Amino acid sequence: MSNKRPILSVENLTKVFGGVVAVDNVSFTVEEGEIFAVIGPNGAGKSTLFNMITGVLPSSSGNIYFQEKRLNRKKPYQIAQMGITRTFQNLEVFDNMTVIENVMTGAHITMKTNILTAGLRLPSVRNEEVKTMERAMEALEAVGISDLAYEIADRLPYGSQRLLEIARAAISNPKLILLDEPMAGLNSEESRQLVEVILKMREQGMTFLFVEHDMETVMSISDSIVVIDNGVKIGEGTPEEIYQNPQVVAAYLGDEEEEGVEAYA
Amino acid sequence: MNSKSLKLIYNNSILGPIILFAVLFCIPLVSSSNYLFSILTMIGFYALVCIGLTTLTGYAGQISLGHAAFYGIGAYSSAVLTSTYGLNPWIAIIIGALISAVVALIVGIPTFKLKGYYLALATLGFGIIVYTLFKEFSSITGGSNGFFGIPPISLFGYEFITDKSYFYLIWVFVFFAILFTRNIIHSRIGRGLRSIEGSEIAADAVGVNLMNYKLQIFVLSAIFASVSGSLLAHYVSFINPDLFVANTSIFFLIMVIMGGKGNIWGSIVGAAMYVLLDEILKHYVPLLLPNVGGQFEIVFFGILLVLTLIYMPDGLVPRFEKLMSKFKKKTPTNGALQSTISVNATGGDNK
Repeated sequence: MSNKRPILSVENLTKVFGGVVAVDNVSFTVEEGEIFAVIGPNGAGKSTLFNMITGVLPSSSGNIYFQEKRLNRKKPYQIAQMGITRTFQNLEVFDNMTVIENVMTGAHITMKTNILTAGLRLPSVRNEEVKTMERAMEALEAVGISDLAYEIADRLPYGSQRLLEIARAAISNPKLILLDEPMAGLNSEESRQLVEVILKMREQGMTFLFVEHDMETVMSISDSIVVIDNGVKIGEGTPEEIYQNPQVVAAYLGDEEEEGVEAYA
Repeated sequence: MNSKSLKLIYNNSILGPIILFAVLFCIPLVSSSNYLFSILTMIGFYALVCIGLTTLTGYAGQISLGHAAFYGIGAYSSAVLTSTYGLNPWIAIIIGALISAVVALIVGIPTFKLKGYYLALATLGFGIIVYTLFKEFSSITGGSNGFFGIPPISLFGYEFITDKSYFYLIWVFVFFAILFTRNIIHSRIGRGLRSIEGSEIAADAVGVNLMNYKLQIFVLSAIFASVSGSLLAHYVSFINPDLFVANTSIFFLIMVIMGGKGNIWGSIVGAAMYVLLDEILKHYVPLLLPNVGGQFEIVFFGILLVLTLIYMPDGLVPRFEKLMSKFKKKTPTNGALQSTISVNATGGDNK
């Protein structure tokens, strides 16, 4: 725990929609090799925060640094090229492709083929295709769905589609994978499978930042947690520390009306 | 073994194209009708344009209403460079293609920054501008009177003069265009393009630079149209601006949509349908309705386009493929079969 280096720093990040402050001056630092969770009740601003880090939404103020490089104003594809990939809460598989093509598309930024070499199908292109396919197969094995490789992606069950998204996000060897509510919509068996995959990949040195509503999973797998409520950071620490934080307990167990405040993006 | 698994994803067999060309190139054995060859040659010219256009429409999701302009730039480049400046026709074709590529970049860069169907509008305007330039720069292009005396193309001393020789020439181009385009589709580039259609937000998140890919395909399709136009100029030896009006662009799009956008075979079927229907119309409409003016084709094809979009939005070839697969599915299901193959393949890869 001691010699870890910061990989992602969020500094005083704020997002204002009209008059509503969705994310208010939030700061935290994710260190290399950890599973970092951002939690909070519905409408706390988690998704807005997530969308700012992935470049989908511009921030109103504050900074995001990834390995000392500023991410603000970078486009999503540029952020991916820097080494941050992601999965989606509402599943965004390429439904017009097979499972293995989905994963091969994830390897897009690691490939060199251009339109001319592709059209002439030079031997280098062929080799790259074969290699990418093998890597894609390995990535599918790592998440345990290699038997579905040649199915059309949207025919997969929900849980498998989420695993597919993780394989797609992991194949480019990113430095950080962002998971947007990875447990949403999964049954307990699927959740268990997903947790296993995430823990295994962390062991191999992957860093994860995830936004999650489901407290139980967060507590069981995270190394560090940030809790936000109404856009404000109300707690930070290890799962044990979070359990004992009275503000967090109040936010989660306190009045239910707050659940109605939707600042969801 | 690895290439075998790659075959499970992409059918790169050249059997289809070879069969098509074997059949086509057998036609001269049974017929020597110049009329037949002139029709087949025209289908080839249009098919070459449509292969590029169908990739742009079906894979990059962009509609161009200006491809007649690239067709025309190719034709006029070849005409002027060979007749006026005496350049070798092959070099003129390449220069024409380069000009078209640069022009496509100039039109594409600003328009692809905008979302939606701005390309359709921008290319429509662009097509009209180019048509006007062909007409008004009469000192270079011959203006509305047209450009006469374009020399025939030749290769290793053989001069392409007859309909039959151009029939061979254009279809060889179409053959390589099919292979080239299919190779692109079955590669990183094709996946990048298809990912845009699958989920634009996820394509962005895996690092696909959407604008860049749309632009590349636009340029490629402009080059195909330009080469086709160049060959046309040598074939007909006389061109005028009216060959490249906005209507021609619309006809190209109709061919693509009738055949099935995003389907390479569809572009050939669409081009063939158009040319054949057009011939039939030209022959029979004046017999049935002697008072009809010259613009009845656009009305007919307009109605055909609307009917296609309502009843067969995927186009002819995909519809046919669907029927075939429905027919096959009555025997063991395709999906189950595929997955057993894949289990074997993965097992084999690892041990």
